[in-house]
Amino acid sequence: MVGLATVFGAGGGTSSYEEVENTDLVILWGSNARETHPIFFHHLLKGVRNGARLYVVDPRRTTSAQWADVWLGLDVGSDIALANAVAREIIHAGLHNTTFIDRATVGFEEYAASVERWTLEQGERVTGVPAEAIRDLAHAYARADRAILCWTLGITEHHNAVDNVLALINLGLLTGHVGRYGSGLSPLRGQNNVQGGGDMGAIPNKLPGFQDVVTDEDARRRFEAAWDCEIPDRYGWHVSAMFDAMERGELRALYVIGENPARSEADGGRATRLLQGLDCLIVQDIFLTQTGELADVVLPAAAAGAESEGTVTNSERRVQRVRRALDPPGNARDDIWILAQLARRLGRDWGEVTPRDAWDELRSLSPMHRGMSYERLEAMGGIQWPCPDEADPGTKFLHARLWEEDPERRGRPAPVSVVEFEPPVEELTPEFPIRLTTGRRLDAYNTGVQTELYASPLRRREALCLSPEDAERLGVSDGEVVRIASRRASLEAPVRIDRTLRPGLAFLSLHQPDEVQTNLLTIDATDPKSGTAEFKATAIRVERLAQVPVGGR
Amino acid sequence: MSVPVPLDPPRRLVELEVDGRPVRVPEGSTILEACRSEGIETPTLCFLDTLTPVNVCRVCVVEVEGSRVLAPACSRRVEPGMKVRTDSDRVRTSRRMVLELLASSVDLSLASPDVGRWMRDYGAEPERYGPPAPAAEAGERDARRAGHHEEPVDGLAATVAQPVKVDNELYVRDYSRCILCYKCVEACGVEAQNTFAIAVAGRGFDARISTEFAVPLTESACVYCGNCIGVCPTGALMFKSEHDLRRQGNWDESRQRVVETICPYCGVGCHVELHVQDDEIVKVTSPLDHDITSGHLCIKGRFGYQFTQRRAPVGASPDPGGPPEHAG
Repeated sequence: MVGLATVFGAGGGTSSYEEVENTDLVILWGSNARETHPIFFHHLLKGVRNGARLYVVDPRRTTSAQWADVWLGLDVGSDIALANAVAREIIHAGLHNTTFIDRATVGFEEYAASVERWTLEQGERVTGVPAEAIRDLAHAYARADRAILCWTLGITEHHNAVDNVLALINLGLLTGHVGRYGSGLSPLRGQNNVQGGGDMGAIPNKLPGFQDVVTDEDARRRFEAAWDCEIPDRYGWHVSAMFDAMERGELRALYVIGENPARSEADGGRATRLLQGLDCLIVQDIFLTQTGELADVVLPAAAAGAESEGTVTNSERRVQRVRRALDPPGNARDDIWILAQLARRLGRDWGEVTPRDAWDELRSLSPMHRGMSYERLEAMGGIQWPCPDEADPGTKFLHARLWEEDPERRGRPAPVSVVEFEPPVEELTPEFPIRLTTGRRLDAYNTGVQTELYASPLRRREALCLSPEDAERLGVSDGEVVRIASRRASLEAPVRIDRTLRPGLAFLSLHQPDEVQTNLLTIDATDPKSGTAEFKATAIRVERLAQVPVGGR
Repeated sequence: MSVPVPLDPPRRLVELEVDGRPVRVPEGSTILEACRSEGIETPTLCFLDTLTPVNVCRVCVVEVEGSRVLAPACSRRVEPGMKVRTDSDRVRTSRRMVLELLASSVDLSLASPDVGRWMRDYGAEPERYGPPAPAAEAGERDARRAGHHEEPVDGLAATVAQPVKVDNELYVRDYSRCILCYKCVEACGVEAQNTFAIAVAGRGFDARISTEFAVPLTESACVYCGNCIGVCPTGALMFKSEHDLRRQGNWDESRQRVVETICPYCGVGCHVELHVQDDEIVKVTSPLDHDITSGHLCIKGRFGYQFTQRRAPVGASPDPGGPPEHAG
């Protein structure tokens, strides 16, 4: 979100799902959409059946990669090296879109100079991807009439998350694969309202509608007038910065709504310790989560999506109506009701606030949502922002302005950004020789709070997935319980031999923290711009139990 | 802010005649579409708007002048000057036979009410094949060898009756209700899910929908998206929650509400329809006509709703070692 907002001014995926059915080439970069976004993958497969080529860039040969024409199995965290090598090859082959670059971008010369050292050979050395495959991707992407580049947490759960995103956006700008039907840059959101949360201002630097708290003084004034309060003209903290502030003793009280940081934060031991050290922890959730167990006050909430009304926004920027189907159990209340009660006790009486009231207030303050009345949202099955007035059908794809002839209408050019490769924070050493990466499995979700309750026939005991080569080298067999140690913690888990992994790469999910508390192992090195932690790259050692450690390579 | 979006190229209109009436429809339309545009009702069983027609049920057949055999309206494209008859004796006989043979061998009690109406309209009399033969034992039909002829029992109607397959907590397969319309195979395969966990095995009257080597679903490639349930027209594939409630005599659609909302999981934003009876979700569908899902969901969207009720699956005992009760 931060990357796209930096380059284009709007933090949303540029394309619609339907476009992936009508494009010539799709790159899935750091995304296992087959399992994590299955219905998007239906659209993607329609595209493949319509003749699109599919490239999958992922350290694991995932079920998505198994559908690809070409799988580029790069080393964890070498994405920028790969992107820069692709860029250099495109430029050297003369396949970059000079017309688009001249007209719609700035910073190309500097960028071209910065990628100059990323020859195919250098790319192969750093990423582990054969030079020929890098060249193939570069030529195919640059030559395609239309191409969509999608990414997910494989790109963003790194200490240099925003740089990773910028490196991918650069490729879109270099080739002009943005701002046209069937050409775009699409992050697939991990949660049903992660896009909406950002759009609504639940990020530290923006008011609703991506209006900057500091630089957009007009917007701030409008919100101050509407809310009858003063809004501080400085940026807030993202979650990782909050934990740092707790560490420094600056943040003493925390109000957590619908999150389970005691299990979802990287370096979970530290997160739990900091949560325990707060003067006041309030948790509002549908269940008594592990975080709730640490809380001073727990506010039982209704489940969004089935027990409350409102809207969410999906990965194609479509605002969609959520409706109440069930009565919440016991004393559980709608989040909005709880917030209004809290406000009343803090001296602000908002009266009976309905979700629709809140939405209509948002429409009056966020120009990109203005045309989205509840009636229109229902009649049209959701509307894609921006939708500035009630005659507007919404926007299928963003940034068509970049292709305008008229400089005025073209607007602010998109910066091509110089991004330097940095390896993951944790190096592999003889002591910690295996790269642990994390991710989701098809039938489960995050820390399992929602998914552990249905009887999924696919659910198996959480296990450390190891390549057959590593398992053999370590002398461990399928199902054997081993000790996994990182620089922060160690824990026991059974092994599962997984042929989608390359030697040196291991995998765990976060889904069953009561069985394997993966985040005790992960490192909380975070991206300074987005606050995302490096869940994807931990260095570990695997030991057989009751035996001497089996060492490095 | 809106930008131009390429539309399909304009299509010429084709003129044809249906039951003596002149009809004009866009080039590339099917006879079924032409009939619908004229308000001529055409029965369909294996057809679904979201799937490519597979032409297996033959209940939509029409007579096309100059054609030796009857043509399936669902997939035959219109041609200029085509003369179509949807109500000739030949068409009516053929449709009646299809309905009669299906109804004599398959339990159609949960098929759409349209099927019963068509049976009356076309004068289908499945009873004339005699009382149904005894149901097959579990697994018996799955074990039949292709090409091996089973001698029918005199005076009894051969059927596909057999015990319901219940091998997981999410959905059941009641092949006594299966008319072999292929929709589940298509939805599991190229049309949507591309998992290919099921296919048609066997031939002739022994043909059946099967996993590889007829293994239980839990040993098959099934990923439990339930998209097969979403397209099944006869209730052969069913949520286990629905199956159990029906068994107990507690399934009551008159007490159900359907609420359309958004799946609470990943960021795709699938539209889901929650079927609620007595404040409990009893099944989940997705609208066929919404362009995000076309009616399809994944395992989480279709079955992962228990957390909103923190209850055990219907019919199963609550897990005593489960997580703590709701904070409320």
